[in-house]
Amino acid sequence: MEEPRVKKRVRIGDIRKQTSCCASSVEMEQEPLFYQESSCCPPKKAPETSASNFVPPIVQTVSTDWLIDDYLGQIRCRVSSYRNSYIVTPGLYAVGRPDNGSDVFASANYKLSFDILRSSLKGMNAWVIVLDTKGINVWCAAGKRTFGTDELIRRISDAHLDKVVSHKRIILPQLGAPGIAAHVVSKKTGFRVYYGPVHAKDIPAYIASGYNATKEMRTVRFTWLDRLVLTPMEMIPALKKFPVYALFVLLIFGLQPSGIFFREAAVNGWPFLLLGLLSVFSGAFLTPLSLPFVPSRAFAVKGWIVGFIFVLLAQGILRITDKSLLAFIYLFFPLLSSYIALQFTGSTAFTGMSGVKKELRYALPVYKAAAAISFLLLVISRLGQWGIL
Amino acid sequence: MRYLSNVTTLEFFPEKCTGCFRCIEVCPHQVFIMNGKKAAIDDRDLCMECGACMINCAFGAISVNAGVGCASAIINGMITGGEPSCDCSSGSTSSCC
Ligand code: SF4
Ligand code: SF4
Repeated sequence: MEEPRVKKRVRIGDIRKQTSCCASSVEMEQEPLFYQESSCCPPKKAPETSASNFVPPIVQTVSTDWLIDDYLGQIRCRVSSYRNSYIVTPGLYAVGRPDNGSDVFASANYKLSFDILRSSLKGMNAWVIVLDTKGINVWCAAGKRTFGTDELIRRISDAHLDKVVSHKRIILPQLGAPGIAAHVVSKKTGFRVYYGPVHAKDIPAYIASGYNATKEMRTVRFTWLDRLVLTPMEMIPALKKFPVYALFVLLIFGLQPSGIFFREAAVNGWPFLLLGLLSVFSGAFLTPLSLPFVPSRAFAVKGWIVGFIFVLLAQGILRITDKSLLAFIYLFFPLLSSYIALQFTGSTAFTGMSGVKKELRYALPVYKAAAAISFLLLVISRLGQWGIL
Repeated sequence: MRYLSNVTTLEFFPEKCTGCFRCIEVCPHQVFIMNGKKAAIDDRDLCMECGACMINCAFGAISVNAGVGCASAIINGMITGGEPSCDCSSGSTSSCC
C-alpha cells in the first residue's frame, strides 16, 4: 500500500506537481487519466473499456479525502484574504473511476467549493465540471453571473461531455441557480440541468432518492454556526481600520494648548479606545451571532441596540462625568456598532437588495449627522478641559 | 429569520405560468408553492431577490430586480454611481458550497 502515499502528495489544482513522477502533462493528457489514481504513472496502454477511443479531456483525478493542506487552506480562507487566491484549474475532473454512466456535477473554481463537493462524493464515481468563476464560491459567483449560463455551456462543450457520458443529466448546486438559465443550457447542449441540494453533504441522499431534493435540502438556513464562521471576516476588516481611529483618539486627547502629551493621551484616551473595540466586537461579532434574539428586523437597529447595551455596561465601569463626553459616547459608539452590523447584510443568506437599500436610505443620513455632532462634542469637551469654554 | 417586509420587487404573472415547478425547485427560501396546476407566491417577504426563479422560468412568468443584499456593495454602487457590486469576492455565505 505504498502507492496511495504518492498519490496523496498531489495537490489538487496543481497540475505540475501531479506530473512530477511521470511524463510531461501533455503526454499524460493523451493517456486515460482516470485510471491514474490507482498508480503513480498511467498505464502504458489504454484499457479497452469504452467502445470508442474517446478519452475524456480531464484535468486531474481527485480523491474525496481532504489532506492536511486542504484543512489548513480552509482555515486560512475563513480568516484572511488567502481565499482570493485559493483556486483550482477549471475543467473536467474525475472522482474515483467514473464511466459513461456516472453522474456529472458542476462546481466553482474556488478551491473550498470544489473541496466540499468532492469530499461529499465519498464512495462515488463521478465527473465534476469546474467552471471558471474567478476563484469565487458558487453563491457569490452566481450573483455575478460568472457561475453562469454561457460559462457552463462552454465548459460542457470543451469537455465533450456528450461523449464522456451517455446520459443527459448535469447536477448543479441549487445555490448556482441565480446564474444559470436551465432551459437555455438544455437548448444549447442537450443536457438537462438538475438542481441538487443547497448543501453538498446532502448529495448522497439526493442521489439515493432518484435526484429528488426534499424541501429541507432546498432551503437555505442560517444557523448560529454559519454565522460564527463568518464573523472573523467581519471583525478583521474593522480591526484593520482601528489604528487610524486609535491615532485620532490619542491625538485628540493628547492635544494641549502647549503641545501633544503622550501621558495625557494615554490616560484620557484609553476609555475611548476600549469603547471602540467594544463597538467592533458588538457590531461584527455579537450582533451577527445573536441575530434572531435582538429585536427589530433592520440590521442597523439591531447593531445599535447591542452597541448601546455595551456602552451602558462600559459606562458602569468607566464612570465618565464630563457632559459632552457622555453625550459623545452614547451617540457615537452605538451607531458605530450599528454601521458595522449593517455590513453583515453582505454575508447573510436572507437579506435582499431592496431591503438593504431601504435601511441605507434611513441610516446613512443618521450616520453622517452623528459623525459630525460627535466631532463637535469632542471639540467642546476639549475646549472645556483647557478652560477656553 | 426574516428581513424587512414589503420591500421585495418580486412579481408573478400567473397567466404565463405553465406549472413547470422550476421556481419552486430553485428558490432557496420557499417563496413559491404549487397551487393546482400553476405556481403561486406563498410568502413574499422571504424573498431575498437572488433572481434564481426569474432566470430559470422559461416562460417569463416571474420578474424581480435581482441584486446583492450587501450594504458595502450598495454603498460602493452609490459612490461609483454604478450597479451595486461586491468587492468582497468569495466572502458570503459559508453555507453555500
Ligand atoms: S418556473 Fe415559471 S412556468 Fe415554471 S412554475 Fe415557476 S412561474 Fe410557472
Ligand atoms: S428572487 Fe430568489 S428568493 Fe426571491 S423568490 Fe426568486 S428564487 Fe426565491
